[in-house]
Formats: sequence, structure tokens, C-alpha cells
Amino acid sequence: MYKKLTFFCAALSCILLGGCGSQSGENGVVIVYNWGEYVDPDTLDMFEEETGIKVIYDEFETNETMFPKIEAGAAAYDVVCPSDYMIHKMIENDLLMELDYSKIPNAKANIGAWYWEQSQAFDQGNRYSVPYCWGTVGILYNKTMVDEPITSWAQLWDETYKDEILMQDSVRDAFMVAEKTLGYSMNTLNPDELQKAKEALIAQKPLVQAYVIDQVRDKMIGGEAAIGVIYSGEAIYTQYENPDLEYAIPEEGTNVWIDSWVILKDAPNKENAEKFIDFMCRADIALKNFEYITYSTPNDTARALIEDEEIRNSPIAFPDLTQYDNLESYVYLGEDGDTLYNELWKEVKSY
Amino acid sequence: MKYKKNILAAPYVLWSALFIIIPLCMIFYYGLTDKSGAFTMENILAIASVGHAKALWRSLLLSLISTILCFLLAYPLAMILAGKKGNQTGFIILIFILPMWMNFLLRTLAWQTLLEKTGVINGILSFLGLPPLRIINTSYAIVLGMVYNFLPFMVLPLYNALAKIDENIINAAKDLGANKIQTFFRIILPLSVPGIISGVTMVFVPALTTFVISTLLGGSKVLLIGNVIEQEFTQASNWHLGSGLSIVLMIFIIINMLVTALLEKE
Repeated sequence: MYKKLTFFCAALSCILLGGCGSQSGENGVVIVYNWGEYVDPDTLDMFEEETGIKVIYDEFETNETMFPKIEAGAAAYDVVCPSDYMIHKMIENDLLMELDYSKIPNAKANIGAWYWEQSQAFDQGNRYSVPYCWGTVGILYNKTMVDEPITSWAQLWDETYKDEILMQDSVRDAFMVAEKTLGYSMNTLNPDELQKAKEALIAQKPLVQAYVIDQVRDKMIGGEAAIGVIYSGEAIYTQYENPDLEYAIPEEGTNVWIDSWVILKDAPNKENAEKFIDFMCRADIALKNFEYITYSTPNDTARALIEDEEIRNSPIAFPDLTQYDNLESYVYLGEDGDTLYNELWKEVKSY
Repeated sequence: MKYKKNILAAPYVLWSALFIIIPLCMIFYYGLTDKSGAFTMENILAIASVGHAKALWRSLLLSLISTILCFLLAYPLAMILAGKKGNQTGFIILIFILPMWMNFLLRTLAWQTLLEKTGVINGILSFLGLPPLRIINTSYAIVLGMVYNFLPFMVLPLYNALAKIDENIINAAKDLGANKIQTFFRIILPLSVPGIISGVTMVFVPALTTFVISTLLGGSKVLLIGNVIEQEFTQASNWHLGSGLSIVLMIFIIINMLVTALLEKE
């Protein structure tokens, strides 16, 4: 259905890329599409210097905004860094290239076995993706603004915190909170359970200060809200900035996620893309990135290099997940499942 | 002679074909088909669903309120400006246009910082011992953002229309015994209608379709129809539904233009 449009866009991007050809490095370019603030810019410079490949870098804010751009072929990217369930969706839509690990030796050498095992859930046989970051979704709270420690999702429905709660403005994360509170799976497609989750989110709406994504961080640091739903990687950074903040993995269980590098099937610079991923898996580079973005690295060799023992064994960055038995990862729900979730989310937002 | 005119029109024809006609056709194509490409009215009728209808109703209400507020604020100002001579006017207009030199997003973000619970305004209020202002993440903040951003679009057309009114007509009305109120309602207001119409359209249409102001100042808690459409494209990747809802929105904009055009005739 997008064929005509794809052609048009492809033609347009040819013109655009052709236009910036003069800027490309001696060994061509690699076009990277990554989460916002998800890499240390220095490492990109280092990559350019070492390989002579120019990095064209672009950012997205959610998996859902990234996918349509890739699917429509509106822009030609080589390397993308989506999350687990989105990688599953991209595999099903035949958008990804099978990786040749002999070209990416650092990946198998440095990344821990547990993460490869965990990736099997969305990428059978680890054929398409190389883990880059991982973490949990939890609650960040300001010790000075709450009466008791926040340890469960249910406390996000507590009237005393009216106008002090920041929720995630993305479908899956918002529903995950409600589903886990009610004791359901975060991948449920049961209509009754989804209705109940929707009603819970609507009931919570008057207590919510705002639905935000990246702004959770700044608002929590600034003391604008007492409680926020946040990714564990952001939590460490916010604690550097504001020591009053505390992170908790809620007792009802939560989402364990992995963001991984993938190469697109129609990537224009496949070899450079492999070099880029391999570079990112190098221990010193992974360490540099971890120190900059503070998201947990699956790179065990890099973790061993962390000097500060408190960080190396931090329960936020590297929690011992065996003590939780109710952790889950998102799986792709299929097109109908996605539509259903989106419809219900719209009902919550427009209520 | 005619041939020459055609050549001069060519860039415009090309421009409107590329950037107006073709995109419009694409919106209609997507809006009236489903994923398999078959004709359907479903995307248009989807406006009747609870979530969409609510968002549309809220958008209409908020943009109407903003338009009225803009009008009430802008008209007296435009009258003052039109009554002044020469340099003074230029300076006041400059002050009004000055903020427009800055990016629209930055200005809206600035309001977020001002209005936040721990923001600048509340800092000053609490310093003075006054109760805090709690309008961030509500419809009030969105209306404020709309009025602030779109006010210049109301002031300028009104000023133009009022400045064009011949002084002699007003003097004639006075000569014939009309008092100030009569002069205003029977002479000045009717003669400024063209300015009112373009001002109202230029405020109402962007206010109706905005999604940035509601996201930044409404904390994503107040869903406007612009947000719904934006999310269909960016989040749900359902271009068909997004286009269908855009067509519905166009219908409302056309209604707005028809109403104002009818008023103009009278």
C-alpha cells in the first residue's frame, strides 16, 4: 500500500543523500537511528576518527514513532536501536537483516550470556539483534515529598499524592503499570482484563500531574513531582543530580527490557553498520557510553572495568533479578493487539 | 500579453500542485481507504466514537474561547493603534511582533517553565505570601498558550482594517448627531468586518488544529483532536484513520469560513 509513497520518498532521500555526499567520510557513511540521548557523542567522534566512516545520527523518542518511519521507508537508515517487542515486530514485518557475527566479534566476546538468553524471547536464535542497554521500569520518588517508601504500583493510586504523580506517555508502559497493579500479565489480550486496566488508568487520571516521556527526569530533579514512572537507566542520573531521589522496583513486578542494535534489511551501508555495532560492543566504548547515559550495559567486560564499586554492584543498574519472580518482558501483540491497546489508550487520554 | 501572464503564474501553479493539491489528494486517498486499499467511510465516521468526539468537542470549545479572548484583547488595542499617528504606532506594533521572531516552540516551553508548580510565577507568588497558581496541565493553560501565541494574528488584520477607515466618515457620523457608542456600532465595527474575519480565521484555524500547545501546557492530559491525529500518524501508524479525522477537521474549518463569509455579505 505504501509502494508509491515509498518510491517517492526513496527518490527524495536519494536526492538528499546525494546532496550530502560531499560530507561523507573517506570510507562512506553509516546512518544511525537511536533513542534520544542514548550514546556518548564522543564515541561517535572516536568511531569517525578510527574508521573514517562518517556517522549520520538521528534520534527518536518512542518505539512507536520510530516504526512507521522505518516501515514507510521514509528515510534510509542502517542501524537502529529498538526495544525487545519492537524488534519482534520488525522481524515479523521482515525489516531486519540477519547478522553475521564473524563481522561483529566484540558482540559475542563481551556481552553476557544472560542477555543473549533473555533476547531469545523476541529474537529466536539471536539472529537479528545485539543487546546494547537493558533495565527495568520502576518508580522514582522524592524521599522528602512522600510519607513512606514507595514500594508498589498501587501507591500510584493513592489520593494523598494527587497532582504529584508523573506517568509515562506511551501506551505499553502506561498499561503495564495498571496491568501489574491488577495482577495481570503486561502482554494480556484478555478483553475483560484490558477493560479493567483501562478503568484503573481513567480512575488514576485525576491524580496524575502529567503524562510525559523524557521530561520525567527533569521534573523529578526539579522537585516538580513526588513520584514518577521511570526507566532504571534514568534513575541513576537523576540521583547524581538530586540525592533525595530513590528508585524502587515495585513488588507487583515490572518490565525487564532490552534495547538492541539491529541492521535494516534495505540498509544502504551494511558493512559500515556491522563495523559500527562492533565498535559499540568494544569494552572501552561500552564503558564510556554507560558512564555517559547511565543505562545498564549488558557488556560484562565493560562492567568489570567500572572503577566505582558502588556503581558496579548498584542495585539499580545491575539488580539481582533472581529475587523477583514476577518480572516480564513485552512481546509484540500483533497488529490487532496494537490497535486494541491504542484504542483503549485514546479513551484514557481523552477521558 | 496573456502568454506572459501565464509564465509568471507558472511557479505558483507548480508550488500549489506540489505542496497543496497532491498532499490534499493523498489525505483524501488515505482517509477514504482501508489498509487493503478498498474504499471505506469508516475513517470519517470514526469521529463519532467516544474518544474522538470528545477530543473534537474540546478542541472546538477551547479554540472558540481563545478566538473570543483574542478578539476582545485585540480590538481595543487595534483601535488605539489606528487612532495614533506615525512613529508611535510603529513602535507598539514592533513590540507585539517581537515575540514572533522567536521560535513558537520555545515560547510555549517558556510558558511551561513559568507556570510549573515550582516555576517562576509560583516562586514570586509564594515569596509575596500569595496562594500558588495551579493552571499548568489544565485547559486553562492551553487557552493561555493559544491566546498568547495567536494574539498577533488578530491584532494585525484588525489594525489594518481600522487604519483604512476614512476619518471623514467618522466625522460625518458625528456631524449627523451620532454619539460615540452609535458611531462605534454603526460605523467603525461594520467597516472593520473584513479585518475581523481574517483575524478570526487566522486564530481559530491554528488553534483548532494545534497539538503542540496541548502537549506542552496540558501535560498530555487534555487530548485535543490535533493530538489524536498526530498520534495516529506517529504512534499508532494508522495513516488511514489519521487522514480520515483530518478530513473531518477540514469540514469544520470550511464551516468556519462559510459562516464568516456569510457575515461579511451582510
